[in-house]
Amino acid sequence: MVLNSIEKLLEKYDNGETSLKEEQQLRAYFASNNVAPHLESYRVMFQYFNNTKQEQFTKDVPLKSKTYRLYKWISVAAVALLMLSVFTQFAGPTQEEEREALLAYNQTMEALSLVSSKFNQGATSLNALNMAGAQFEKGVTQVGYISEFSTATDKIFKNK
Amino acid sequence: MTESDFVTLVMPFKDKVFRLAKRLLVSNEEAEDATQEILLKLWNNKQKIEDYRNVEAFSMTMTKNFCLDRLKSKQAQNLKIVHSNYQDHNVSLQKQVETNDSIDWVAKIIEELPEQQKIILQLRDIEEYEFEEIAKVLEMNQTAIRVALSRARKTIREKLTNTHSYGIK
Repeated sequence: MVLNSIEKLLEKYDNGETSLKEEQQLRAYFASNNVAPHLESYRVMFQYFNNTKQEQFTKDVPLKSKTYRLYKWISVAAVALLMLSVFTQFAGPTQEEEREALLAYNQTMEALSLVSSKFNQGATSLNALNMAGAQFEKGVTQVGYISEFSTATDKIFKNK
Repeated sequence: MTESDFVTLVMPFKDKVFRLAKRLLVSNEEAEDATQEILLKLWNNKQKIEDYRNVEAFSMTMTKNFCLDRLKSKQAQNLKIVHSNYQDHNVSLQKQVETNDSIDWVAKIIEELPEQQKIILQLRDIEEYEFEEIAKVLEMNQTAIRVALSRARKTIREKLTNTHSYGIK
C-alpha cells in the first residue's frame, strides 16, 4: 500500500477515528516485512496486539451439576421438617383440637348419663323381686310351721 | 440449559474474558481465577442467560466490574498483586512475547495506563470490538471512548519512542 495513505490512516488511528476495517488494513501493513523505519514504533504496537490476541484460557471450569443443588435443598427441607415437628410437639393442642375433645367429652357424658338413668329404671323393677323374695321368706317360715306341725303329729302318733 | 449448551455458548468469548482479566489484574493466576469465577457465575445464572440479548457484552461488563472490585479490595488491604509470570516457561507464546524485548515494553507501558484506558484499548485493539459494543460493555458514550482510546494510543507510542528512540530518523 502507498506509504502516504498509511500515514493518513495512522493519523486517524491516533485520534481514535479509524473503523475496524481501516485498522485491519494497518494490521496487514505492519504484519508485512517492508515497514518504513520511521513507523517502527507502530509495528511494535501492532505486533504486541497480535501476539496478545492469541492468548487463551486453558484452565477447566468445574461446573457444578444440578444434583448437588438438589441435595442442598433436600437437606434444608429435612431440617425445616424436623424443626416443625419439634415445635408442634411443645406447642400443645390447638383450639380446634380442644373443641373436638370437649365435644367428645360431652357426648360421652351424655351417653353415660343415659345408661345410668336406664339402669335406675331397671333397679326399680328389681324392687318387685325383692318383694317376691320377702314373700318367699314368709312362705318359708310358714313352711316351718308345717314342719313343726308334722313333728307335733309325729309325737302324737308315737304316743299312740 | 445443559452443560454442553453452556460450553458452546461461552466458548467464543471465554478467552476474551481471560485476556481482559489479565489486562487488569496482570497476574496470570489472578486472571485465571477471575475467569473461572465469572464463568461459574454465568453457569449459576444460566436460567437468566437466555433472556440476555448479548451474553458476550454482559460477560465483559461483569469481568470489568469483577476485576475493578478485585483491584479495589487489594488496594484497601495495602496488598499489591504480585505476578510471577516470568517463570512460566511452558507457554511458548509467552516466551515468544517476552524474548522480544521491545514488544514486552508495550505490555509494561499499557500496565501504567489508567484502568479505563486499559479496558478500552484491550477491547478495541486486541479484541477488535466496534465502538458501539464497547459503549454497551462500559456504559459510556462513544465520543468519550474515542477520546480515551486516542489518549491511550498516543501515550503508548510516545513512551515507546522515548525508550527506544523509535520513529527518530
